Amino acid sequence: MSSGVHDLGGREGIGAINPTPAEPVWKAEWEKHAHALFPLAFRAGFFGLDQFRSGMEQMDPDEYLNTPYYEHWVHSVVHHGVRHGHFDADELDRRTQYYLENPDAPLPEGKDAEGELVAFIEGIVPVGAPAGRDTGKAAKFSIGDRVTVLSDAPEGHTRRARYIRGKTGVIDRAHGEMIYPDTAGNDRGESPEHVYTVRFTTEEIWGAEEGEPNGSITFDVWEPYIVPASK
Amino acid sequence: MSAPEKATDHQAEIAARVKAIESIMIEKGLMTTEAVDRLAEIYENEVGPQLGAKVVARAWTDPEFKARLLENASTACAELGISGLQGEDMVAVEDTDDVHHVIVCTLCSCYPWPVLGLPPNWYKMPPYRAAMVKAPRKVLREEFGYDVPESVEIRVWDSSSELRYWVLPQRPAGTEDFTVEQLEALVTRDSMIGVGAPKAAA
Repeated sequence: MSSGVHDLGGREGIGAINPTPAEPVWKAEWEKHAHALFPLAFRAGFFGLDQFRSGMEQMDPDEYLNTPYYEHWVHSVVHHGVRHGHFDADELDRRTQYYLENPDAPLPEGKDAEGELVAFIEGIVPVGAPAGRDTGKAAKFSIGDRVTVLSDAPEGHTRRARYIRGKTGVIDRAHGEMIYPDTAGNDRGESPEHVYTVRFTTEEIWGAEEGEPNGSITFDVWEPYIVPASK
Repeated sequence: MSAPEKATDHQAEIAARVKAIESIMIEKGLMTTEAVDRLAEIYENEVGPQLGAKVVARAWTDPEFKARLLENASTACAELGISGLQGEDMVAVEDTDDVHHVIVCTLCSCYPWPVLGLPPNWYKMPPYRAAMVKAPRKVLREEFGYDVPESVEIRVWDSSSELRYWVLPQRPAGTEDFTVEQLEALVTRDSMIGVGAPKAAA
C-alpha cells in the first residue's frame, strides 16, 4: 500500500536495533518451512515478487511491527492462497487448530515421486527470477539529470517511499527497463519501465537542521515516479 | 499472562499455522519436506557471506576483476560461480578514503542473497530500516560501535528496486603479503553491509 506502516524510512521511536554478531539462519523450525513457502508458492502461481510484497504490506500494522519476520511471509502466502482459491480459509483454521493440539502429528505423504520440487529449488537458486526486461522503449532521463519525485502516490502497491516524495536529486545510474511494481504488485501486469538510481543529499531529504552533514541517500525510482526538476 | 508465555503461545500458534499450510500444499503436490530440507541446506551450508568474502578478496588482489565487479557485479560474481536468487542484478559500491557506503531496505528486507546469504534478523526488522536512512552516522556509532569520521561522506543505498547493492570494503592496512585465503578470512558480513570494518591484519 502506498502509505502503510511498512514504509519505515525515517520513522522514529520504534526501538533499538540490537544487532547480533552471529545468529542461526532460522530461529525456529517453522521459519525454515515458512522460508520454503516463498519459492514454492511462487512456482505454484500464488504471486509474483511484487504481489508477494503487497500481501505483506496489507498486514495489520501492529502485527507487522511486532511479529517475527517470517510471519510476514506466512501472511502473504495465505492472503494470495485464499484469494486464488488454493486454500479454503475455514479448512486452514481447522488444520491450524489440529496441529496446535497435536504439534507432533506428521505431515501428509509427499506426492512428488520424480523429485520435481527439489529440482525446481536447485534450479531457481543459482538462476533467480530476473526482473530486467527489454521492450525497446527509449529512456527519458540520463545520468546527471536533476529530477523531482512526484509527491503523490497512487492507491495500492508502490515503491515510492514517503520520505523521497517531492524531493529533488541527481540521477546516478541508469539500469534499463524492469518490471513496474505499481502495476505488477496490483495485478495489472509487468508494464516494464526504466529504472534509475537517484542520489539525494541528506539535507534535501531531512532538512538542514535534522539531516546529518556530509551524507547522501540513493534510491531507485521507476521512470513514472520522476519529472525533470524545475530550475 | 506474562510476556514470555505470550511469546511462546504465539510461536506455537504460528508453527501450527505453517504446518497447516504445508499440509494443504503437500496434498496438492505443490510442496514436499524434501524440497523444504534442500532449500534449508542451501542457505545453511552453501550460500552465505563466505561467498561475498571470496569476491572481495579477489577484487583486492586483482585490479581487472575489481573493475569488472564495479562495472557489473552480477556478471563478475558469475565468473566465480556465484549468482542467483535475490541477486539477479547486483551492484557493488566501493569504499574509499572519502566515501563509506551502507545498505538498507526501508520498504521490506531486500538483501543480496548470492553473496551474503539470508539477512540477519536486525536487518529485516523495523528499527534498522527506519533509522539507517535518517541518521546513519549516529546509528553506526551508537548501535554498531563503528565510527565514520565526519570528513567521510556516508552514502546510504536504499534497495527499493530489484537491484541489490552491497559494499566492497577497503583492504585493511598491513595485508600486503597476505594470500587470497588470508584476505578472505578478514572479510565480514557486516563489512559488506557497511555496518562494520573488515577485521584488522593480526
